[in-house]
Amino acid sequence: MFQSVTVRNLFLVPFCLWAGIFIFIPLVCIIYYGLTNSGGSFTLDNIAIITQREYYYSLRLSVVLALITTIICLLLAYPLCLILIERAKSAGTIIILLFVLPLWMNTLLSTMAWQTIFERDGILNQVLRLLSMPDMTLINTPTAVVIGMIYNYLPYMVLPLYVTLSKIDKSIFEAARDLGANSWQTFLKVTLPLSLPGAISGITMVFIPALTTFAISALLGGSKLLLIGNVIEQEFTVEYDWHLGSALSIILMIFIVINMVLTIFFDMSRREEE
Amino acid sequence: MENVVKTFGSLTVLDEIELTIHENEFVTLLGPSGCGKTTLLRILGGFEMPDSGKVIFSGKDITNVPPNKRPINTVFQKYSLFSHMNVEENIAFGPKNSGKSADYIRGKISYALKLVNLEGYEKHDVTKLSGGQQQRIAIARAIVNEPKVLLLDEPLSALDLKLRRSMRQELVRIKRETGITFVFVTHDQEEALSMSDTVVVMNQGYIQQVGTPENVYNEPENAFVADFIGDSNIIDGVMVHDKLVRILGREYPCVDVGFPLESPVDVQIRPEDITLDAPQEDALNGVVTKISFWGMSYDIIVSAGGFDWLIQSIHRREVGEEVSLHLDPENIQIMAKPQSEDEAKLVEQ
Repeated sequence: MFQSVTVRNLFLVPFCLWAGIFIFIPLVCIIYYGLTNSGGSFTLDNIAIITQREYYYSLRLSVVLALITTIICLLLAYPLCLILIERAKSAGTIIILLFVLPLWMNTLLSTMAWQTIFERDGILNQVLRLLSMPDMTLINTPTAVVIGMIYNYLPYMVLPLYVTLSKIDKSIFEAARDLGANSWQTFLKVTLPLSLPGAISGITMVFIPALTTFAISALLGGSKLLLIGNVIEQEFTVEYDWHLGSALSIILMIFIVINMVLTIFFDMSRREEE
Repeated sequence: MENVVKTFGSLTVLDEIELTIHENEFVTLLGPSGCGKTTLLRILGGFEMPDSGKVIFSGKDITNVPPNKRPINTVFQKYSLFSHMNVEENIAFGPKNSGKSADYIRGKISYALKLVNLEGYEKHDVTKLSGGQQQRIAIARAIVNEPKVLLLDEPLSALDLKLRRSMRQELVRIKRETGITFVFVTHDQEEALSMSDTVVVMNQGYIQQVGTPENVYNEPENAFVADFIGDSNIIDGVMVHDKLVRILGREYPCVDVGFPLESPVDVQIRPEDITLDAPQEDALNGVVTKISFWGMSYDIIVSAGGFDWLIQSIHRREVGEEVSLHLDPENIQIMAKPQSEDEAKLVEQ
């Protein structure tokens, strides 16, 4: 018995090392840099920088675009998954695989592809000209960034939602219909509450990368559309101001923690109900 | 009250089914798995569309009416309760959808819970109830909508034997108290015989026989029904003339008339209807080859005339004992042979 516990604990060592070196130490570094100045003494000035207009705007834009992306992903994923679970299991799995395919490609590569589509003389505008329609200016706009993010992050919404929905017994939906609910009432009163855990993990998995992205916004948003991720990147790689970059990272982390606390809170209140 | 005519395409799960269900009737669809009884029920509920044919309800064609607009409710095989709602919310689901007042719903909930003997369970979590209790809630949830017809899809199959027995009584009582027409699907002949007003025996998408429980047990119309319901000895015979049948080279008087002279027939004799006696000169004599005790009676296999007869008797016999078999004319049931190969396939097990 003692031996088996020892062996089990032994398996924990690699994880502890990993967590210590790659999670805990960097976190301590960020907090240290974020809360000190170049002289090494404690200060909140770096954190307070967020009240300055340009930084505040970047953060606000990031949160808004991440929210829009998450909502659109949710609105796209629900009907898709609902249609798929009605199909035969094998067909559903194949289509899900197709939707997950973007994950197999490098994010940078697929985002660059979007760049060539959205460019002033890009594929989209060439097609529009062929149809003698007016050009669309999409490159370097928030719309382009949102489309790029939806393309890259939709699979993270579809997967958990599909898994949760496909686990619900179909006769539950039939029971709802049987008891006089129309399709919309069935969705609101039965499908939505039962699939909420999947939706919540989908929301988390889309919102967090969307909030912190800098590659997608750099390629599709141009130099004028700075998200908080781009600002942080610049502080580190252009301005070499590690203190400011770390402080902004801390602020971003606060938003992520809020998101996660809300998620856990939601999950717990659900579980209590059950 | 209802008039169901249906054909099913590609797989022919149901083939030209015609069935009339009367108001306030307890109808059981009985058959082996895959006979189409559940499909028929799902068509009645509106979850499945017939390829052709119509579902007529009180003179109105409801074939294309969606389930939520039918005056019919279903008790599903796996109960299908809403796990995110408590007992009260589950039962209130239907009346809320039809926009009933809160007072009305509250009254209905307590009435329904009383009916299924679960008073005071309003706030209970449905996932923490036992199988039998969940089943009762599923029934309560369906009947609060005051359906004209209640469909029950093998509702007792997930319960243990004792519970199943008591739920049978419960269902008959609930049916009597509510006056709702029950359409009950089962593969359990005991359930079908003990509960129903009318039994519909189905096999391979065809209705084999419709009748009262006594009717399908005592007067099966073909070898499938005879074999599926209860135990039977089914023997090839030839109808010599009215009221006389030849089995295994011996002629027996019977009560059936109307078969062509010298026509081949299936003859069914229930194992409890054969009496055993000491061997006699001009009787069908045989040897006991096997005997097993079933509590109330013995199952005795007697080899006689080249056929292994199953006989149920309260008297013990010894293996190797010589006996004679006696059949009363009214216990010999004559059934027409299937007319074609297709029909023959249907009555095969």
